[in-house]
Amino acid sequence: MSKFQFPPSIISRPVYGTLEARAGKQHLMIADAEGAEALLDLAAPELMARSHIIFISRGTDYAERLKALSPQQFYEGPTYAASVSRIRRVLQDAHMGLQVYLAGTEGLMGQAQNEAMQAGIPHTAIQTEHRGSTARRMQCVHCKGITEDVAIDPFQCAHCGLNLFVRDHYSRRLAAYQGVCIDAEDPGNVPAAKGIYE
Amino acid sequence: MTLQFNDETFREDYSFHNSQRAINRFPFPFDKDSYMYAVNMEQHRGGPADSVYEKRFDVDEHYVSEMRDRALVLADDPLRCQSLPHMTLAGWDLLELIMVSKSEDYPDLFQLHRNGDQWHWINKPLGIDDTFTFMDETTLPYGPMEYITRQAQGDFCVLDQRDDNLWMDAGTVTTQADWSLDFDIGMNFFEWHAPVPLAHEKGIFVRALKFLLNIQQGAPARRLNWTMTVNPLLDTSPENYHKWGVQKGTITPENIGAKQHLRVELQTFYRLPRSNALVFPIRCYLCAFQDIVTMPKWGRRLHRVIRDLPEELATYKGFIDNRPMMLDYLSKFDDGLPTSNGIWPEKDSEPPLQV
Repeated sequence: MSKFQFPPSIISRPVYGTLEARAGKQHLMIADAEGAEALLDLAAPELMARSHIIFISRGTDYAERLKALSPQQFYEGPTYAASVSRIRRVLQDAHMGLQVYLAGTEGLMGQAQNEAMQAGIPHTAIQTEHRGSTARRMQCVHCKGITEDVAIDPFQCAHCGLNLFVRDHYSRRLAAYQGVCIDAEDPGNVPAAKGIYE
Repeated sequence: MTLQFNDETFREDYSFHNSQRAINRFPFPFDKDSYMYAVNMEQHRGGPADSVYEKRFDVDEHYVSEMRDRALVLADDPLRCQSLPHMTLAGWDLLELIMVSKSEDYPDLFQLHRNGDQWHWINKPLGIDDTFTFMDETTLPYGPMEYITRQAQGDFCVLDQRDDNLWMDAGTVTTQADWSLDFDIGMNFFEWHAPVPLAHEKGIFVRALKFLLNIQQGAPARRLNWTMTVNPLLDTSPENYHKWGVQKGTITPENIGAKQHLRVELQTFYRLPRSNALVFPIRCYLCAFQDIVTMPKWGRRLHRVIRDLPEELATYKGFIDNRPMMLDYLSKFDDGLPTSNGIWPEKDSEPPLQV
């Protein structure tokens, strides 16, 4: 599957690369949905022998193929939220030389990157590769509520119901883009929603 | 002179007003008849008597009311004041800087008595008289940064310096020109400025960062920045934009002189001694168009600057829709005569408006 090319944007917007195997004692790989394809592309037996894969399928059927890579540890979580405590535990137990690989949606990579940062790993040392949905994790700047998987602009905040436009301004700490009321100056004047990259 | 503090509001009935003295000393931000981004830094070592540059932290007639407004904002949204865990030392540095500066610059208003780490702080305008142990958080009602910034006009960003960059790791931000500390906290200099148009391409931020990284203790710097605000609203936050944005549509040809305010930020930059952090106070001054145009030079110049401003900047600063009405109003105060260089009003030497 070809990778989506994100258009050029402002400096706070994350950019993603292509995962590559790096020298390390341990390899933590976290992926969701089509992110599995990035891990499949990366797989080599000697790497997998030291890898812990945490995978959230989101309705895809990659789990068996990932398991077939024979990673040292494999976990399939039903949701990201359900896997967070495991991710924290792995990071807490980690030693120098841990390599972190993130693949899949921006929301998954952003949240997992945030966990790794809180464990003391600089964000620049964490590899990321975008695959699959280009929908965004958005924070409403007004009510602070997070709306997951936003694919259209403007969208309605899942919490306060305001109509928000999708900014490219991104916070690593919140693992979210910023949504701002689109009709604040002219209430009710909300343009028709279209895809974020249309 | 003895300061008289206004009893005024920056919300609802907007009773904020500038006295003649406040208009005279308003930091008009345009030193020529056009505007484009520039690093425009200079040393912050005083300035003309009674100007906003004279003291390290200017205290003016709005002090008490501004601090009351800050308390209201923080009560409504405590996340406007945040400090990441490694920034507490910088908070003490800031507390010391402000207490020492204010007590030296305004001895009739503020007093600081230090006996070792036992400090006694008296803030007469706000009726505060506290004794505490320097560097012991348990002896203050708030963390050190919050404690002192509840007593100092303007927003305060406390920037950590590492990896040849500055990081927005603490701050008290309640009088901001539409940016969110809660969203931007933890970002580096380029990231929190990411939404600003044109300036990245012009290399402004690279040059500004180089300058700021090299600011030394005892050698603070300053610059002016500006935007536009309808009504004298200090809290133009993105958090509350869905509440205040609608006010931009209330401007009419009849009320624009009173309602439309030029919003000027006096930004200063101080190196902090223990933490090596940089504190970036952003002091907001508001002045209604009808007061600005009482200075003939400022009336002429403001019209020319707003008329010729690139569309991207008028959009970013949020007044593109109101620009035609602003120009209708301001053009009445521009007779086409030349203006003198510099920001000062030169009331005695500039010719009066020719009608």
